[in-house]
Amino acid sequence: MTSSEQRLATIRGDTPPRRHNARTIAALTGNPGCTRRAVLDGAGVDKPLLAERIGFPARFGQSRFAITRGNVFEAQVKADGGAELLRLVAERLGVPVPAAASWTDLGGRDDVTGREERSAALLTAALTGPAPTGTETPQADPAGGTDAAALFDHPLLGLDVAGRRVYLEPDLVAARLGGRFHVVEVKSFAVIDGQADPAKLAAAAVQSAVYVLALRELLAAGGHDPRLVSHEVVLVCPADFTNRPVAHLIDVRKQLLVVRRQLDRMDQLDVLLTGVPADFTADPADDATALVDSLARVRANYAPDCLASCELAYFCRHEAGGQTGTLGRPVREALGGIDDIDEVLALAGGDHPADPERAEAAALLRTAARLRADALGTPA
Amino acid sequence: MSTLRALAAAQAVAAGVAQPVATVRHLHLATRPLVLVPLALAGEANAPLAAMVGSAPGQGRLLVVPQPRNRDQRFAFAAELAAVALPYFDGYRAGTETITVDRGREVRQRYLDAPQVLVPNPAGVTFLRLLGRATRFRRVDGDYPVPPQVPLLGRWLTFLTERAERPGSSMLVAMTQALTLHWATGQSAVEDLHLPALLGWIAPPGRMSGAEAAALAEDPAVCPPAGPATDPEFDNRLLAPAIEAYAAAGDDEAARAEAYAELERLLRDQLTPTWELMWRGVGLLRALPPGARVAGRWEGDRDAFTAHAEHVDGGGAPQPRRDGAVAAAARLHRLERAAASYAVQRAYDDPLVMAEHRLTGEAFVGEVVLADPARVDDSGKRPVLRPRIQLVTTDPVLVPVGAALSSPARSGQKARVVFVTPVADGKTEVVLELSGGMGRGLTATPGSVPEVGERLCYTTLSEAYVPGGTFPTVEETPWTHGGPPTPVSAVDMPDPDPAPDEEWA
Repeated sequence: MTSSEQRLATIRGDTPPRRHNARTIAALTGNPGCTRRAVLDGAGVDKPLLAERIGFPARFGQSRFAITRGNVFEAQVKADGGAELLRLVAERLGVPVPAAASWTDLGGRDDVTGREERSAALLTAALTGPAPTGTETPQADPAGGTDAAALFDHPLLGLDVAGRRVYLEPDLVAARLGGRFHVVEVKSFAVIDGQADPAKLAAAAVQSAVYVLALRELLAAGGHDPRLVSHEVVLVCPADFTNRPVAHLIDVRKQLLVVRRQLDRMDQLDVLLTGVPADFTADPADDATALVDSLARVRANYAPDCLASCELAYFCRHEAGGQTGTLGRPVREALGGIDDIDEVLALAGGDHPADPERAEAAALLRTAARLRADALGTPA
Repeated sequence: MSTLRALAAAQAVAAGVAQPVATVRHLHLATRPLVLVPLALAGEANAPLAAMVGSAPGQGRLLVVPQPRNRDQRFAFAAELAAVALPYFDGYRAGTETITVDRGREVRQRYLDAPQVLVPNPAGVTFLRLLGRATRFRRVDGDYPVPPQVPLLGRWLTFLTERAERPGSSMLVAMTQALTLHWATGQSAVEDLHLPALLGWIAPPGRMSGAEAAALAEDPAVCPPAGPATDPEFDNRLLAPAIEAYAAAGDDEAARAEAYAELERLLRDQLTPTWELMWRGVGLLRALPPGARVAGRWEGDRDAFTAHAEHVDGGGAPQPRRDGAVAAAARLHRLERAAASYAVQRAYDDPLVMAEHRLTGEAFVGEVVLADPARVDDSGKRPVLRPRIQLVTTDPVLVPVGAALSSPARSGQKARVVFVTPVADGKTEVVLELSGGMGRGLTATPGSVPEVGERLCYTTLSEAYVPGGTFPTVEETPWTHGGPPTPVSAVDMPDPDPAPDEEWA
């Protein structure tokens, strides 16, 4: 165990690190400037528990209606050995629909390492050799020839995040369709008249990018060209108000860059950790007041967007009270980039700025205050 | 985000209560607006779960869908909503007035008033847009017939949601947007989307501060979300068992009635707080005096209402799923024009909005210190009356010499900037040459030239009419935009998907 790993284990406390998944990795791209978040996520701290301990519970509940709908739609799309799915994906990729395709279910109950190895072996084999003749996979289609398409259900991919192996399960990987691997993501949000909810679409794109990255690393590790994994992922969603699935291609090149950059940053946690007090811990088992004191020593970079993605956001928001950043980035910028609300109001009230670089902002705020008072008919 | 509004937000944090960012009301408010609070089932594209609807605080009608995944029940909900909304819309078709257009060469009719629908937030508008899309193409015959009022409601909802995209329209209004147009809170724009928190800042109950009231409103156990999304905790703990109980009751009349009553009670509890907040919001807005140009914009809404009612009466087709290239370009152009004119009108109506333009140097307020009302310019072919005035202002003046300005108080008169001279104490002297609005002769009619001592605002913002752009006909769609569409008007066809019943899961 390296010193950094030891350090992260101390920060985390006496618990195993919290597992990352594609969703949490995708969430890491949200606020890259936040040291607190990078350290806590790097250490694998149980943030939901931590937030609850310090009295700011996260609110990321999921309705069981949504979960059910998602599961049912996925099952429906994958029914009949993926025949319908194969047609959808092939048509969307603009390649002839193969007469048959092998279907390999890589899900299973065996341990993750075994599953990862099996997925890696079969996915790499799909590049060159004949389609996998499922030795361990009862559903594999023996009809698949050398050039037949292959579909892999729930493969298990590995990715190194902050020096630790993280396991990811894409919904589906299609191989040898249009000569490349394609990540297929089944989502149950509707695409109505060709348009989906932009927020959900963006989240799905980042999540798929994580899978593409993991799959590329897998191929690279086997000595293959990682570009055999397409940067175009296939998103399968219900069309309009029906359950009829429809496939769309999303180009995730931009998301790949963002995810890659953030993962590289987490790999350099050592650098980040040098700026963190040596005795910093965030063990949810600790006393709540001690935790709050401890957290205060690692800088956060709260923005209102955090509320949608980070379990600790309510705490950070509380802590950042009185800062212009809590009002949103545009507000902070409109106030001349000054952080402290009291300082903004003091400058607006005519105080002279201590920092000469703020003279311009001070003049703007003074004028704004005068004009506001003038229009409201109150004394400035 | 203007600095002025940002400063108001900072002041709100310090004061513990939202601060005004408008001195007049910038939207029309009907005497009896139709308030609609919809709830949708999580995970589905557009599955209505419940709604509270009505045009007076004491008359909220609760609509409930006991099996939101059941397609028939969705359309039954639409029919029930139509039974409330359509008579409400029709109620505004009682009287008309005659309008002359094209300089009196033509006349047309316009309804004296128009309906107004209020929903809690922009997501509520989206919900109605999708409900409109889901219903307007439904057939009243064939394999999956729906009652005739369902597609009709769909067309009206589509009309309203399209109208809501137009800046300055008041036909379909999201309450959070109406409120943030007039108040700045001490929280971010994301948090302002939560109606209970927003109202907590604007009118905190009791001795609470705005921040405390907003924090309390964020707890879904204390304050249910304002929809259409429900609280997941509520879904899992209360709603799911109630829906299951209803389904389990089957044909057992008594058990079903009991299960339905329970569902109704649960959903009423979720909706009533938002319903009450909506009317509080209406009250707060009503307390503001309307801006001078609000009635003019409402005339535009009445025009649109009249046109749509006539289109429907005349057997016109439902709105297409998507606009063609030409229609889309023309729509965008209309929206941009509306946005520009709305921005100018708000500034003219409201000194606090104008102050934002004063801060950026697009407007200034000054006192007239010199006036030459009899000045005649005889350098051209004919002598013309061109009075000059000099103002002194403390505002930052960024208008260039030669710029054409106008004043909200004298909108018929143009002013050209002749000199801009900074003087001591951060003041600026501006000399303006006036034209128009002073009678026909070489002597200005009394009062038409500003007098010494008057305080006036001059701005580059202009209310002058800007002619609209011209667009090719549909048949002349340029190749850059896909060329003329093929004659088969696929976009106008009714939704062909005869999807099977969606009772599953």
